[in-house]
Amino acid sequence: MSALAIEIPYWGQSLLRVLGGLVAVLLPAGTIVYVFLFKMMSFMQSRLGPMEAGPYGSLQLVAEVGKWLQKEDIVPTNADRRIFRMAPIVVLVSTFLLVAVVPFGPDAWFTDFETGIFYALAVSSVSVLGILMAGWASANKYSLLGGLRAAGQLIAYELPMVLAVVGVVIQAGTMNLQQIVVAQNSGSIFGFDGLGNPYVLTQFVGFLVFMVAMQAELSQAPFDMPIAESELVSGYMTEYSGFRFLIFFIGEFATAGVFAMIASTLFLGGWGLPFAWFGWDSVDSVANWMNVAGPVIVVTKMMAVTFLVMWVRFSSPRLREDQLQRFAWKVLIPLSLANIMVTAVFKVVA
Amino acid sequence: MAIVPGLVKGLGVTLSTLVRTVTKGSNTVQYPHEKEAPPVRARGVIALHQDNCTSCMLCSRSCPDWCIYIEAHKELAPPRREGGKPRQVNKLDRFDIDYALCMYCGICVEVCPFDALFWSPEYEYSEPRISDLLHDKTKLSEWMETVPEAPALEAGAEKKK
Amino acid sequence: MTALDDAVLGDRQRLSYIASQAADARLNVELETEGMTLNIGPQHPATHGTLRIIARLDGEQVVWAEPSCGYMHRGYEKLTEVRTYPQVTTLVNRIDWLGSFANEVPFILAAEKLMGVEAPPRAQWIRTILFELSRVANVSLFLGDLGVQLGAITPVFLAFRDREYVLNLIESATGGRFHPNFDRIGGLKDDLPAGWIAETKQVMRKMRNFCDEIESLLFGNEIFQSRTRGIGVIPRDVAMQYGLSGANLRASGVDWDLRRDQDSPMAWNKVSWKVHTHPDGDSFARCWVRLQETREATLIVDQLLDGIPSGPVMAKVPKIIKVPEGEAWVSTENPLGEMGYYVVSRGDIGPFRVKIRSASFNNISIVPWALRGVYVPDIITILASLYFILGDIDR
Repeated sequence: MSALAIEIPYWGQSLLRVLGGLVAVLLPAGTIVYVFLFKMMSFMQSRLGPMEAGPYGSLQLVAEVGKWLQKEDIVPTNADRRIFRMAPIVVLVSTFLLVAVVPFGPDAWFTDFETGIFYALAVSSVSVLGILMAGWASANKYSLLGGLRAAGQLIAYELPMVLAVVGVVIQAGTMNLQQIVVAQNSGSIFGFDGLGNPYVLTQFVGFLVFMVAMQAELSQAPFDMPIAESELVSGYMTEYSGFRFLIFFIGEFATAGVFAMIASTLFLGGWGLPFAWFGWDSVDSVANWMNVAGPVIVVTKMMAVTFLVMWVRFSSPRLREDQLQRFAWKVLIPLSLANIMVTAVFKVVA
Repeated sequence: MAIVPGLVKGLGVTLSTLVRTVTKGSNTVQYPHEKEAPPVRARGVIALHQDNCTSCMLCSRSCPDWCIYIEAHKELAPPRREGGKPRQVNKLDRFDIDYALCMYCGICVEVCPFDALFWSPEYEYSEPRISDLLHDKTKLSEWMETVPEAPALEAGAEKKK
Repeated sequence: MTALDDAVLGDRQRLSYIASQAADARLNVELETEGMTLNIGPQHPATHGTLRIIARLDGEQVVWAEPSCGYMHRGYEKLTEVRTYPQVTTLVNRIDWLGSFANEVPFILAAEKLMGVEAPPRAQWIRTILFELSRVANVSLFLGDLGVQLGAITPVFLAFRDREYVLNLIESATGGRFHPNFDRIGGLKDDLPAGWIAETKQVMRKMRNFCDEIESLLFGNEIFQSRTRGIGVIPRDVAMQYGLSGANLRASGVDWDLRRDQDSPMAWNKVSWKVHTHPDGDSFARCWVRLQETREATLIVDQLLDGIPSGPVMAKVPKIIKVPEGEAWVSTENPLGEMGYYVVSRGDIGPFRVKIRSASFNNISIVPWALRGVYVPDIITILASLYFILGDIDR
């Protein structure tokens, strides 16, 4: 933030980061819910979706949040009260921790980790803990089944996700997300640098595996067994109501947004435009206006990635738990391992 | 396995629906703002033509859940011909249909021998209080304005006598 | 010994208890784990109504399951005893509420059989058309609902969208969207309104298009196939032992369709169509057979529309209907399977006793057999593919 040519004291920077984090988590979540869940899903089903609250129903979410906030906060009699109350917050916190490493511009980042992607993958697993807590503490059989399914599924899909990222890390030669962005935008494909080198082209298999694993991590259909409303009522969220359900709901879509941002950072070139267009050669020569344009570009790419996620969600039925595990271990993991092999060979040869 | 995987085909179906909805509009109607006209024969609400009713109680008796309440008294009406005896007619005191009970089967309309009951396709008469769904004879007569002409019949139908 | 005697004597509660105990014993021998009893329903999104499945689980595997019905019992058989014949028609509409016109037909046919009245040919053709339309409306909702049960949200909206056209047709002909009450002893209440035939042909084209859409959205989907193929296989002889009917039976490879196999005054034998069967007997087969039947029904309607004979729609019947003494049984191939009425008359204006044989009640009797050893998600698949309507089970 120093490159905005203003000297901000440490407390000010911290405050800005907290505010920025809130915006970076809540704004995409709201946008995703409105654009995809309310509107795109409705259009895909020949209906209009919410139209009454605000122009084209754009304030519907505000109305929904208002409704949820008014509702009674019910805790079942047999529930483990403290854990029951904590669980949604744990889920949401993991999202906030996750957004910390996403770079939004040459200088617009929350933290610049050397091992950013490693941290992101580690922190994303915290939400499993929250879901397990919710499932166990609800004292409901459906919740328990949902929580256990979630745990099994998220752990199974962590692995292909990590392996898919390894390919990117090998190609970029760094685990720092900022440098991964720079490497993509200043790179070239066989000498052609008009597009930079977004890894979606050169790491296509990795991108596919990452997207599938992401779908599972976010427990969107066809991997929504933890919620599985036709089987488990609402899975681990069954007993939640009002404000705490709202936190789960925000958590679900905020995580979708943040994961989409990470996917666009890893595979679509993040905040950057191909450096060759402007004649930049390193991150230091990038113009200052990119700090403003960067977030817009990231959000655009995030919307594109979320569109894919939601499109698949709205058109496919759900897998069974054992089929999901089989798919992870027998297809995705071998595929990503092969991808790593090929990437490594190319890296050494080239 | 087919050349195009089924998953991709399914994505195509949803995408084409999306495009169709955006370009040609949705299949739904924004209800309070625009309304679809119900078919002529739709059984919306029963209208009463009071003058035709002789309070013969046929409708009340044939109702499967007995939701028609009729009360009447006998009255002397002026004779039809000059110097004849005054006629005795049944005057309606009460003709109520409880729409909270009505099953909309239409048997009452069918059995009425004097064409006093008609179907109207009006449907917007919901009430916040269930007791307001009991329509009395003035309210039932008001529905008469909304009763449409019976539709023409399909070719090959035999004309009703 | 006494416990077994009680069970044989038909104490269902006790039988269930013994079965669950035995299931537990089996569990504990193998893994030393504790079973869990999961009550699916009576309020559960998958049972679309109030069916309750008591399932004994080992992890996510079902050890023993039993349906418990009657939460929506409305006492139809008793109600019919205090209603006149025209009044019964409006009641039986509400048994299988998705294909309600089809419920009227067997009852009316039974009453006509007792009275020795035959409806004129035009009435029979229109009856058959409306019967098939209610099949299309019913099964198209099944095809959409199938998606929801398996986790896909879009098909159900497509189904509601296109079913609306069929319901509009039924409404413009009969006056009622859900409960037509159009069939009368000796014919129909009224003739078709002008322009109905052309409109119906258009809608039938739309419904075929809908079938194609569902086929590519669901049936071709690899996930759908992996969820349904080989799940809940009901072999031919078991299906016949449990008295399944309709698409559930045909999916097990039994070529049996009352529309074709039974001598009926209705117009099915006047047009050419095909009975679809599937040899596999699994959930996919059941869904596939229903999809094909929807297509076939639209084709039947198309052919019938072309050949409607002209004439009256009502035979000569007295104004107050009194059915002579006697007993009659008529069943037809309803959207859910064989549905029949056994009408006993004592020469009164209302039936003395009516026994309703509804398809769903017999179809879910196979649930304990079909659910043994499956996973929780497969419970839903199997229930969805068996396709029952709660009103049709509990009556």
